[in-house]
Amino acid sequence: MSLLHRLTDGVPLRALWGLGLLLAALLVAPAFLGKYGLSVLILVLYFAYVGQAWNIMMGFAGQLSLGHALYAGLGGYIAAGLFFHYGVGPWLGLFAAVAAAAAAGAVVGYLGFRFSLAGVYFALLTIAFSEFTRIAFDHWGWVGGSGGLFLKVDATADWLNLRGGPVLFYYVILALAVGAFILCRALLESRLGRYWLAIREDAEAAQAVGVPVFRCKMIAVVISAALTAVAGVWNAFYYNNLFPETAFAMGRSIEFTLAPIIGGLGTLFGPIVGAVVLTGLGEIFTDLSELFHISGIKQIFYGLALLIIVMYRPAGVWPWIADRFGFGEKRR
Amino acid sequence: MTADFLLSLAQAITKGLLTGMVYGLMALGLSVIFGVMRVVNFAHGELMVVGMYLAWMGFEYLQVSPMLSLPVIAAVFFVAGYALQRTVISPFIGRPEHQQFLLLLAIAILLVNACLAIAGPDSRGVQLESQFDSYELGPLVFDAVRLHAALTAVVIAALLWLFFTRTRIGKSIRAAADNHMGALVVGLDVRRLYAFTFGVGAACVGAAGALMITIIPVTPFLAAEYTLLAFVIVIVGGLGSMTGALLGGLLIGVSEAVAGLLLQPSLKSMVSFGILILVLLLRPQGLMGKRGQ
Repeated sequence: MSLLHRLTDGVPLRALWGLGLLLAALLVAPAFLGKYGLSVLILVLYFAYVGQAWNIMMGFAGQLSLGHALYAGLGGYIAAGLFFHYGVGPWLGLFAAVAAAAAAGAVVGYLGFRFSLAGVYFALLTIAFSEFTRIAFDHWGWVGGSGGLFLKVDATADWLNLRGGPVLFYYVILALAVGAFILCRALLESRLGRYWLAIREDAEAAQAVGVPVFRCKMIAVVISAALTAVAGVWNAFYYNNLFPETAFAMGRSIEFTLAPIIGGLGTLFGPIVGAVVLTGLGEIFTDLSELFHISGIKQIFYGLALLIIVMYRPAGVWPWIADRFGFGEKRR
Repeated sequence: MTADFLLSLAQAITKGLLTGMVYGLMALGLSVIFGVMRVVNFAHGELMVVGMYLAWMGFEYLQVSPMLSLPVIAAVFFVAGYALQRTVISPFIGRPEHQQFLLLLAIAILLVNACLAIAGPDSRGVQLESQFDSYELGPLVFDAVRLHAALTAVVIAALLWLFFTRTRIGKSIRAAADNHMGALVVGLDVRRLYAFTFGVGAACVGAAGALMITIIPVTPFLAAEYTLLAFVIVIVGGLGSMTGALLGGLLIGVSEAVAGLLLQPSLKSMVSFGILILVLLLRPQGLMGKRGQ
């Protein structure tokens, strides 16, 4: 079967039409959206993309990582550092960034899986590595230490150096989000994807029937780390600044996990729906909190929303929508 | 090595041991909650910070010393913890870890931002009269507040040990932790025991907060740091082990103080995370944990 055929096999025609329309709308969106609308849509796509990357590890292979900021931070810092110090463009720097993050993922994964840490223990290992790196970068002069690393803001569109206005970054993150979606679909349909699901459901049983558990977990963490590093590079060039305090923060890692968990772990649309819900709520709460003059009120709304969602839709929003409207994608 | 250096090292270790006792009490709460109901309390540092704020408010507005408000705070935390477990957390027992994580994360966000909304982002501390007092033992100097806090933490830990070994309800909780099904079979009200356990764990961390405010001032941003610290301590000591939590607290307290002396103070938590990584890899059950737990 051809690749396209395999990707679309078993998908209802109306779902394909829906996807096509959505993509077309996203492609022309910058022409109709104002500055604010575009910035919100960029955030949605960013969280959908990193959510997709994180979902590979947790949603597919069942390995809880709470330290994904490590990969995004490493990626961003390496590409930005190469650009800042040597003028190496981000497309070239991307290779170094992805390689470093994949290597870091391999180290964390190897140690975690080799010493068979699971669940909370593995999550803590990922946090520990991320925090360790944060403090190291705080004291490393080449990347600016705790004072941060700043790229020169330049709004003239320059695709080669990834310098430009929001529209350029919009199309880059859109391409990434679409690419990650297709990649995840392909992975899920592959033998590797089936192995991951088997491991997620019962690692011992999978091992017993001959699934190469250790190798599959390693592939999951390396792919997930590499994809996350790309988001880190994009993020560094979009915001033009990097601080260890935020780039490697545990809060950043947690941000990455929210969209897939809220949307529906292990589903393809979960991270996308979750990103829409969370970013939308965030914007609404920002407006709402301006009515009150209390610090922290926005986060209180946010916390309440998370609490309500996890109490009433613990499996995520997307499986519930899909069930209701008969789209049929269930958590596999 | 000069005598001066050795003295300052000994001084740092003493300071670390004293702070470490309070850390240990904080971690004890986390360990008890996990050990019994297998729920990972990601809002632990937030509870600690709430305890610190309550003690600060008692001092600021009612002129009550944190040492005196401690029993009240512990009692309030017990009731709040009991109610929280009964209403919100109970349905999540036995659910996948990521769901528990999200639930407690939401609670953590609510708690820390409630502190921010009420007390603001500035750091809040208490000025005790004993602030500048100290005891001397040979060449070593003990800060009075730190020593009082450490001793109180030891007393509370001892009370907790008595509770778990000598009282009927304490023994029932341990039974439910050892064998959930067995506890149900012999007719223990496990759901009530779980709520009780969460109350006890919360009371521990609330008391630790009241002690900690006498040592350092509080800001809402400390919360996430304390959550991580509590995790590091219980993993190093052995998740679910009471002596492990105390020992881990001492170890991390000392490592922070010594790293602050030998390296830079800002590098102190890097050493703690380094220790965590080593323990996870070499002895994942923790220093005092049993294999297969």
